[in-house]
Amino acid sequence: MNAIMPYVFPVLFALVIVALLPLVAGYIVLMERKVMADMQVRLGPMRVGPHGLLQPIADAVKLLLKEDIIPENADRLVFWGAPLISVTTAMLALAALPIGPFFQIADLNIGLLFILGISSLGIFGTVLGGWASNSHYSLLGALRSAAQLVSYETSAGMAIVGALLLAGTLSTRGIVQAQSDTGWWFIFVAPVGFFIYLVASIAETNRAPFDMPEAESELVAGYMTEYSGFRWALYFLAEYTNMIVVASIATTLFLGGWLRPFANTRALNFLDYLPPLLMVWVAGYCFRRTPKQPVAVQKMFMAAVGVLCIVLAGVLAMPLVAPAGSLLASSKAGIHGAFWFLFKVGAYIYVFMWLRFTFPRYRFDQLMRLGWQFLVPLSIVNVMGIGLGLALHRQLNWPNGLSLPLGNALTAVAAAYLLSAAEKHEHPRVGEEEEETPVHA
Amino acid sequence: MLDQVVFYFFAVLAVASAILVVTRRNAVQSAIFLVTALLATAGIFLNLNAEFLFIVQVILYAGGIMVLFVFVIMLVNIDVALHQVQFNRQWFVALIITAVLAAQVVAAIAVSRGSLYTMPAAPAGTLEPNTERVAFVLFHTYMLPFEIASILLLVAMVGAVVMAKKRV
Repeated sequence: MNAIMPYVFPVLFALVIVALLPLVAGYIVLMERKVMADMQVRLGPMRVGPHGLLQPIADAVKLLLKEDIIPENADRLVFWGAPLISVTTAMLALAALPIGPFFQIADLNIGLLFILGISSLGIFGTVLGGWASNSHYSLLGALRSAAQLVSYETSAGMAIVGALLLAGTLSTRGIVQAQSDTGWWFIFVAPVGFFIYLVASIAETNRAPFDMPEAESELVAGYMTEYSGFRWALYFLAEYTNMIVVASIATTLFLGGWLRPFANTRALNFLDYLPPLLMVWVAGYCFRRTPKQPVAVQKMFMAAVGVLCIVLAGVLAMPLVAPAGSLLASSKAGIHGAFWFLFKVGAYIYVFMWLRFTFPRYRFDQLMRLGWQFLVPLSIVNVMGIGLGLALHRQLNWPNGLSLPLGNALTAVAAAYLLSAAEKHEHPRVGEEEEETPVHA
Repeated sequence: MLDQVVFYFFAVLAVASAILVVTRRNAVQSAIFLVTALLATAGIFLNLNAEFLFIVQVILYAGGIMVLFVFVIMLVNIDVALHQVQFNRQWFVALIITAVLAAQVVAAIAVSRGSLYTMPAAPAGTLEPNTERVAFVLFHTYMLPFEIASILLLVAMVGAVVMAKKRV
């Protein structure tokens, strides 16, 4: 019995994640459509459920009932297995992420490397799927995807190394703990590193403005052109899971993981009341909209959503009002930690959507130039800058407040130099040699 | 007991997929089996409590090098390879040489049976913290060989670029 005990909670937690993930991915899609609609001054899905709240369920049912087609000359086994690779690797990567101090499947010594390594295997799902389809669009999409991922993994990895130097550990829990100890989230200590990771993670998840692998105006749907039904849904699930994974990495590394803003400042402890108040505010909005729903069923549903929010607010508020020392009060770190972690992940994903609906798609050569000529050198300088800052602090006893900004300044100078070099490349002066004339699309 | 089961699972998987790498006609399928073989090796590392080695194997070989392999294979015209002769015709000579080599290995093991010494596997927990230990050995004890190896790799990379590009 004692031999099994340590595995009970991780297994339970893994089951919960795997069971909830499709639902979460579905609602991220809904959120994306709603955000897009909002930015384009329209309403978005409104028909299925109040404010389109049941749209993901309807979409899922539609997807599962669709005919499953395997192209005639496809490599059947690979075609069948490729989406599985994508989904499995994406889900495995979630295992090492700490959703609050108590909710984590496994705290590994190699935590962050594990996430990176496993999610780097996901590319096989894309590439093999594109190859097995036996279609030109699919193959081209897969090739673009592989090229893009390999290019941007380098700079993302180097950006992560910068933050790892600050944390001094690979364990995801240890990284958050390091930010808690110093009281500074790493985004403030290594802002350039965060910027590099943000750009690289958008490219890695194949999202606009870097969505070349599935550019619908050029490649139909890229590597998933020939997929339909359940298999297509699996690719979609993998894509959104990957989004959650990169957002979680960014949250853990740069945004303080499960920590509340100003977690060490006692004077700002009233911020603990923010999560329940936020929930009450959402509930209030739901109740206000309830009478305006057209059908009785939709009214009831809207009210039910409001009640759910009230319940959540209650759960978040309970540890705050419970007497100190009781079990409830000690569960505060877990519950509020999970709230802040998910909140930050949501905010990061929102930024993804915001960028998607703001920028036009890059050309492929622009994408490669940005990756190799700007982000990769910059991320290497960033590592050296942070290393320099830490060395000055540890070896020569410079104050942290002086040495680390110095390192960042070095990186900023490098960025300015690279930008000016790129500018020259893009608009060469007359007479300067230039082999490929830039095309202005 | 469980250790042994896990070891033999990964060992058989590695050997079987290594054989399939050679015998498959289709280059992409060969590449898939090569990935499987590399991942199985990573599994053996994990079974030996060498976490860091496990993840480096996954990141470098499976996630890095093999992705580039597959990338290149896709650009190659596979249909041509399908119609070419896969194996050399002198398989009879090869069989004899292999048999001789195998006999040598078996004889060597049989002769030195008493003096063969295998290191016992490190018990769980003694290799913790794994990453830090590997780092200490690499950057402390074997600093010079490590740097020499990395310079060698750098030279190889620069050389490849110089050879591939006509005008640097």
